Amino acid sequence: MVRNKTLKDFEEVIRKCVKCGVCQAHCPPYLVKKREGAVARGKIALAAAVLDGETGIEKRLQEDISLCLMCGSCVKKCPNKVPTDGIIGAMRREITDRNGLPVMAKLLAGTIGSARMKNTLSKGAAFLRPLWSRKIPQSSGLHLRFGLPGMENRTVPEPAFSNLFDRVPEFSEGQPGRPVVGFFAGCSITYIYPEIGEMMVDILVRMGCSVFLPKNQGCCGIPALSSGHGKLVEELADNNIEVFAGKKVDWIVTACGSCNGGIGEYYRTLEGADRSFTDKVVDFSVFLEKEGFLEKLLEQKRTADPVKVTYHDPCHLKTQGITREPRDLLRALPYVDFVEMEDADACCGLGGTFSLYHYDVSKAVGARKLRGLEESGAEYVATTCPGCVMQLQDTINHAGLKVRAVHILELLLRMAPD
Amino acid sequence: MDITAVVKRLEAIVGADNVSAAKSDRITHSYDATQQKHLPDVVVYAASVNEVAQVVQLANEVEMPVLPRGAGSGFTGGSLPVYGGIVLVLSRMDRILDIDTENLTAEVEPGVVTATLQREVERLGLFYPPDPASKEFCTLGGNVAECAGGPRCVKYGVTRDYILGLEVVTPTGDIITTGGKTLKNVAGYDLTRLFVGSEGTLGIVTKIIVKLLPKPAAKKTMLVLFKTIDGAARSVSAIIGAKIIPTTLEFLDGATIDCIRGKSSIDLPENCRAALIVEVDGDEDLLDRQMARIREIIEPSGTLAVKVAATDDESEQIWQVRRIVSPSLKQISPDKFNEDIVVPRSKVPDMIRELEKISSEYGVSIVNFGHAGDGNIHVNIMVDLKEEGMKEKVEIVLDRVFGAAVALRGSISGEHGIGTAKMNYLHMELDAATIDYMRRIKTALDPKNILNPGKIFLEKSSGESA
Ligand SMILES: Cc1cc2nc3c(=O)[nH]c(=O)nc-3n(C[C@H](O)[C@H](O)[C@H](O)COP(=O)(O)OP(=O)(O)OC[C@H]3O[C@@H](n4cnc5c(N)ncnc54)[C@H](O)[C@@H]3O)c2cc1C
Ligand code: SF4
Ligand code: SF4
Repeated sequence: MVRNKTLKDFEEVIRKCVKCGVCQAHCPPYLVKKREGAVARGKIALAAAVLDGETGIEKRLQEDISLCLMCGSCVKKCPNKVPTDGIIGAMRREITDRNGLPVMAKLLAGTIGSARMKNTLSKGAAFLRPLWSRKIPQSSGLHLRFGLPGMENRTVPEPAFSNLFDRVPEFSEGQPGRPVVGFFAGCSITYIYPEIGEMMVDILVRMGCSVFLPKNQGCCGIPALSSGHGKLVEELADNNIEVFAGKKVDWIVTACGSCNGGIGEYYRTLEGADRSFTDKVVDFSVFLEKEGFLEKLLEQKRTADPVKVTYHDPCHLKTQGITREPRDLLRALPYVDFVEMEDADACCGLGGTFSLYHYDVSKAVGARKLRGLEESGAEYVATTCPGCVMQLQDTINHAGLKVRAVHILELLLRMAPD
Repeated sequence: MDITAVVKRLEAIVGADNVSAAKSDRITHSYDATQQKHLPDVVVYAASVNEVAQVVQLANEVEMPVLPRGAGSGFTGGSLPVYGGIVLVLSRMDRILDIDTENLTAEVEPGVVTATLQREVERLGLFYPPDPASKEFCTLGGNVAECAGGPRCVKYGVTRDYILGLEVVTPTGDIITTGGKTLKNVAGYDLTRLFVGSEGTLGIVTKIIVKLLPKPAAKKTMLVLFKTIDGAARSVSAIIGAKIIPTTLEFLDGATIDCIRGKSSIDLPENCRAALIVEVDGDEDLLDRQMARIREIIEPSGTLAVKVAATDDESEQIWQVRRIVSPSLKQISPDKFNEDIVVPRSKVPDMIRELEKISSEYGVSIVNFGHAGDGNIHVNIMVDLKEEGMKEKVEIVLDRVFGAAVALRGSISGEHGIGTAKMNYLHMELDAATIDYMRRIKTALDPKNILNPGKIFLEKSSGESA
């Protein structure tokens, strides 16, 4: 049984903030709102004030605490490595513990099937896109991210006709002596982009790996974490850790930056989480490089007129320092002319359930990518997180640019010569 | 007038969304980088000069202090409401209004972040030199108010040297303009210079016209390790003596190097007791010759190693050494007093010797680094305030440090300002008549002591209006 850290558990690191203000340069909501309450420093001051009993959980405080993408950008640049993303998670749980779930999350809690909220389920579900609620199970974080009203302008892809579990067997046998790889697919890949998941399994098998795709794996928990639903995070984590224990795997590969941050980085912070699970979590780009996939790509003849592709850093990989491997993968693709863009590592604006509560801020955060995208001259912006793909495409659509947002594996699939 | 009535009237000026007297907003506007804490009564976000003027007029009417605030990155408490009042945040006034490539000027609102302006002008081949270490988040309004400096000041000067003109809301709520768009301008008093460095006590800057330079074609960075601090100091004098003005001349003393050893990709051996980072900029072909010349000059001063960066990456590695200093200091002691004294640059060795003496005399560790090229030394007194009698000891040590700087004809602050943090020491540097002259300016312009009270000068019990 795992347990989220409480606000109290963070007390010591909260006091480590020296109020230097460095985080202002890196916090996406602050760069849009330009208000101290939106930046890491401000939110930490509020967390400290709550701990000290200087203030209660008043409305304005809740608004400020809701203004966080949990992207971790501030943590990476903070001279004292104050884990604001984790602190915000704890603050949101503190708020829901004291006040109950906020209205939006209440509807959502219904969709996730918490007993207390069963009654809201039917009402909540009525708002959901019909196709979404039919195709995507109630336990999926996708509902938390995209499934609510008030976002009519958002362009969200429809779920795929059949999901990944229907397309790929639970176990694909590889060559003896080669690694056994668990594949944590995550909600987006399972239900919206199953072809990315198929591609992933296909590549892994072709490299001789055996692939284990447990069908009862669930949501990584990032959307629940982001909405302060601590109990749900714990339930999801317990389940995921358990189902992967069903087979002896050497690695647990993800092809979604958020899921990687969730089942790897976040689970690591849970009290009682099994390190033998979290230590195996690896992003596909890192794994492919380690297994010599790049060399194979580089052996291929380069095409005469390659397409220009640039790369967007998903926050959850950037903060773990995974920035080179996906780029090297793109560079190795024989039909890709890789170009860097300005602000490649700026957040797309999705941030768990952030865009649900703050669609305008989320859009403004996303819009900060446009200049770099346009000036790069790229036809495709590739990334390693389906959430970013959706958010980037939404931003691009609103701006009327011609660029297409894709997952790196989609590029492999779409453009592979055979 | 009670606060709800003031809030109502403020809302009428800037809109309800831009005023808050909620506890959480008061908390998030109660600090800056000094970690002192003073709660304001109300927080206001201004969007235009007219709004600023009306807020100040209202404040005069109800006699409430107004505290201009940029990014709150100040090191001396300048933006803090020591008597409560209205914190007036200018971060949302962040438009670059004009970049004039013919006259090499730019016109900006005060909330523009320094590095943002730098990036935008550099896209056009231009250059705004002042580069405080906080440039990625501090505002130009704050830079003007504190006359911010940075490593590049050796060659290019400080904020003051780049401000051509200002639009200012006076402490009584009038809107005035100073200077203009021209390099030459002697119409009337030089009010621009009066406002630069006035720490938000004489007016609120709402527009800034800055001077730009052509962007230097290239730069080269060198790291030199020395066996003694004297060797490093002699090198600085020798470089300047040879009539070479590098872009930057940063030094780290032995204690600083001990703090960062093993944390950078560059090896810093045990017997390295000082280091210099030298950077030159200009035309590419000139740089190699300049670097060679500098090597020649410093080699006799007992260098351990000289590393000239061949690539941008290597140059980045060298700067990394400098950048990890501040965060690393935290690890030697729980409390740190960071002072930014300045002495004439030829006196840097004397000052360092004096600091070593003070350190051993009082048994507290003092870590020094900073801008050797302009004599600006960041003196860090590392202590644990929980130790008995330490607070009093620190006070004596600070007294000695400032005293030594002033005795060498230096100043108690090179770039961070006085604010609340150094009020007690101002008299060590300025005589009574000079302080009185400054006070008379303040009183004449701000009769009700509305604008940023309780800063720079020890209060004579006026201004406790809130
Ligand atoms: C990590 C770090 C590194 C730093 N490095 C340097 C450095 O290398 N060199 C250096 O000089 N400083 C440095 N500083 C100090 C600080 O960044 C500068 O003093 C900066 O100019 C403050 O800008 P700000 O926008 O944060 O102003 P604030 O802190 O918000 O305010 C500072 C003062 O300016 C006044 N003010 C702000 N805006 C206006 C306005 N529009 N009109 C009138 N008054 C105004 C305020 O009332 C206050 O008195 C550093 C600070 C940090 C935290
Ligand atoms: S960068 Fe870190 S220490 Fe500095 S203000 Fe932000 S959270 Fe605090
Ligand atoms: S996690 Fe991201 S959004 Fe949240 S405070 Fe840090 S930088 Fe800002």
